[in-house]
Amino acid sequence: MPMLTQPKLNFLYSEPATLESRVGNTPLIRLSRLAADLAPAVQVFAKAEWFNPSGSVKDRPAANILRAAFENGDLDSSGERRLLDSTSGNMGIAYATFGATRGIGITLAVPANASPERLSILRALGAEIVLTDPLEGSDGAILEARRLAHERPDRYYYANQYSNPANWQAHYLSTGPEIIEQTDGQVTHFVAGLGTSGTLTGTGRRLKEYNPAIQLVAVQPDAPFHGLEGLKHMDTAIKPAIYDETLADVNLSVNTEEAQRMTLRLAREEGLFVGISAGAAAVAALDVARTLDEGVVVAIFPDAGFKYLSERFWSNK
Amino acid sequence: MATIRIPTPLRPYAGGNAEVPVSGNTVGAALNDLTARHPDLRKHLYTDSGELRAFVNVFLGQEDVRHMQGENTALKENDQLRIVPSVAGGAMG
Repeated sequence: MPMLTQPKLNFLYSEPATLESRVGNTPLIRLSRLAADLAPAVQVFAKAEWFNPSGSVKDRPAANILRAAFENGDLDSSGERRLLDSTSGNMGIAYATFGATRGIGITLAVPANASPERLSILRALGAEIVLTDPLEGSDGAILEARRLAHERPDRYYYANQYSNPANWQAHYLSTGPEIIEQTDGQVTHFVAGLGTSGTLTGTGRRLKEYNPAIQLVAVQPDAPFHGLEGLKHMDTAIKPAIYDETLADVNLSVNTEEAQRMTLRLAREEGLFVGISAGAAAVAALDVARTLDEGVVVAIFPDAGFKYLSERFWSNK
Repeated sequence: MATIRIPTPLRPYAGGNAEVPVSGNTVGAALNDLTARHPDLRKHLYTDSGELRAFVNVFLGQEDVRHMQGENTALKENDQLRIVPSVAGGAMG
């Protein structure tokens, strides 16, 4: 067998084979058995965001926030400043992944009740973790990140995913155009859970520019106290600065147990082993789809189920 | 008297309190006393069939009471219970 020579190896890739270049372009997967009761001309698709390199939709904003921070000079390759933010998990994993590739230290304020799987992944990726009071939830982590940023502006670049425009712009530049292309422009409804609101805001703005008739459906927990990791009850939480309350055409609230039941059904009837916020998005997407005679509904499924295995509901029948 | 610490998102349903003194010799009795004092908490903590919702954890010190004797776990004077959701939702008034 002929051996490849060194010069030839240099030309194996026509594009830079970096991890960041693999962010986005996630597949659309059509729901079939769960959509069996819908009108024949209604299709529901999951945008399978766990196909991103670090396993969640958060790769898009994290990579874009890092890119923007390098462009603005907030961070540089000397690695002297660290990126700081608050997160309940996925955003931290994405920051830590791309921070590692760029040689940037990552410091995260994380509520102590974030799932143990997530904390282990963050530690494996070398992130510095500051645990915050579990009774204060993600808002407690936000306040701690603010405090650290204020105390040590020399040490930290405070990325603040809740107010950083590079968050929603990532979706405007990638998620939105991908959905238009993948549905051949036929998308009629877009469904996304609200956490920072970046996904709905960025994707939604792009879709509305393409076709103002596309309906944007925002999904929230039905109560301030809930088990839908990554989602926020906007009326009672610290409102993200990037949240545009006027953008969504429809606001739906989903109950934790309902989302958990749907998460089990997605695994068992569609082979989609996804996280609980994907279950919530599916509840909302199917609720909307049931009211239609025809349409193409696309829902964001933020991540896979691995990081939630310590939750008790998986053992439900 | 034992006390129960209330997570921020539930405080509006507990008269705005971060901590509620409760009577009872077991975790179950203490939780019953809590929801008797603040009935609005009940639907946030329990399912319709009266079980603690799956994502609701009750800690005695650092230990999840489900890993102890559950609602039968004995409580001493001055013990502190904490109600913690298994994920970080986030809520501040």
